[in-house]
Amino acid sequence: MSTMLRINRDKCGYCGTCVAVCPEDALELIDAYLSLEGECIACGICARVCPLGALEVSNEE
Amino acid sequence: MKSKYDILVIGGGPAGALAAKTAAEAGNTVCLIEKRPAIGAPVRCAEGIGKDLLKEYVKPDPRWISADIERARIIAPNGTTISLEQDKAGNEVGYVLDRKIFDRELVWQAAEAGADVIVKTRATTPIMENGAVRGANIISIGTPGEILADVVIAADGVEAQFARRAGLDTTVPLRDMMSCAQYLMTDIDIDAGSTDFYLGNTIAPEGYLWIFPKGDRTANVGIGISGRRSRDGSRAKDYLDRFVAKNFPNGKMIEAIVGGVPVCRPLECTVADGLMVVGDAARVVDPITGGGIGNALFTGRLAGQVASDCIAAGDCSKGALMAYDTGWRNSKMGAAIERNYKVKEYFVTLDDAKLNTLADSIASASLKEFSVRAIIKELIKRNPKMILELKALRDALS
Ligand SMILES: Cc1cc2nc3c(=O)[nH]c(=O)nc-3n(C[C@H](O)[C@H](O)[C@H](O)COP(=O)(O)OP(=O)(O)OC[C@H]3O[C@@H](n4cnc5c(N)ncnc54)[C@H](O)[C@@H]3O)c2cc1C
Ligand code: SF4
Ligand code: SF4
Repeated sequence: MSTMLRINRDKCGYCGTCVAVCPEDALELIDAYLSLEGECIACGICARVCPLGALEVSNEE
Repeated sequence: MKSKYDILVIGGGPAGALAAKTAAEAGNTVCLIEKRPAIGAPVRCAEGIGKDLLKEYVKPDPRWISADIERARIIAPNGTTISLEQDKAGNEVGYVLDRKIFDRELVWQAAEAGADVIVKTRATTPIMENGAVRGANIISIGTPGEILADVVIAADGVEAQFARRAGLDTTVPLRDMMSCAQYLMTDIDIDAGSTDFYLGNTIAPEGYLWIFPKGDRTANVGIGISGRRSRDGSRAKDYLDRFVAKNFPNGKMIEAIVGGVPVCRPLECTVADGLMVVGDAARVVDPITGGGIGNALFTGRLAGQVASDCIAAGDCSKGALMAYDTGWRNSKMGAAIERNYKVKEYFVTLDDAKLNTLADSIASASLKEFSVRAIIKELIKRNPKMILELKALRDALS
């Protein structure tokens, strides 16, 4: 699995907004714990939408 | 926990609760699962709803009504205020709810009607058989299991992963996702009878900032901006913090939440064999106001009714469940979503100067009705010189 997505769990407000925009259905919100479960293509969409800036994607185009 | 029901509802928000209650009242065996450990918490909502709309589904109860609203104000970037007063407009304005209690009450009513309710239980993937949904694989407090059902109603909110995994495309385009942040603030100077909406590209790009009172000196102060305008340094939280620092420097925050509101068009189709999708998961939020509670209640109830009919008739195929899809699309709600999507697409193109011009033109108007439609009509009437410019709005109304 890719490690290009970094989740800052101290920042994350576990709202699921990133889950809904991910084109790969790679994210999963398990109660208050956001987890990368699927294949991330590092598109960066989740990092853009996050209201708090809790996600960081390297290799973002 | 049984492992076979007539109807399985995924998600314990307003949509899921109404679906479960309606289906249980019709005599079906119903199970509602919710992945969070507590219904209604944390709140992901500004909690505003129209009175008439609410009353169609549940009798208003002071236990879960935080504030009674008499007017709404729209504040343009230059400060021009459009005020909509209850006594001038024919219809009532609304309530600000306490959704921690409200959501519980709705689920309680579903349970009272006979539905099983199971919390801290997450649907992971659909159980499929010959292309039809037959139930869900679940994890219940850490233990994997299966629940089979003739119809699964996906009410899993903004994330909408269940329908996605059953083959429907629920992905929200970045531009159509409102990225939101909200503080429940206390000790602030507000008009406790007014819901205020601030517009403008420096305040809330392609969205708005709201103050929804929860009491005399308490309010939900929040913001939604378009996902495409969100980036480091200018995220929803950044805009909100700037507004709060300027307007409520001494206010106290007793809750800080974030969330996403899908303001895209609804799913192309909200049913499949053995599956119905309701509420936010179906993307039936009003694209202009971002309001989704009423539409969640409406689609939840309708899905509960249609599912019950189909089970009684012994046919839960997509074709049979289609009565739900066409039902909401042809309803007043369906028409309003379609119209307001077009209205939203026009408004996001406006710069602050244009927003000011339009606001100035109707600031003195005494609107007869409290609705997006009434505001648009007044805008068209009062801006004859902008006839070409406002064509998109006129078309949206027709
Ligand atoms: C910041 C903000 C402000 C808002 N303000 C307003 C407002 O003022 N007025 C208004 O009308 N609307 C508002 N909305 C929208 C409103 O909150 C939603 O439209 C409404 O909650 C939708 O109800 P629902 O039942 O479809 O989904 P939800 O209320 O989101 O419920 C979905 C439930 O499903 C659960 N779930 C998700 N996945 C699974 C799974 N796999 N298994 C089990 N359970 C699952 C979730 O935990 C959740 O409890 C706002 C939204 C936000 C984010
Ligand atoms: S959008 Fe941000 S705050 Fe919300 S769940 Fe994703 S990472 Fe967490
Ligand atoms: S970077 Fe793209 S693919 Fe990866 S988790 Fe975020 S949205 Fe999904």
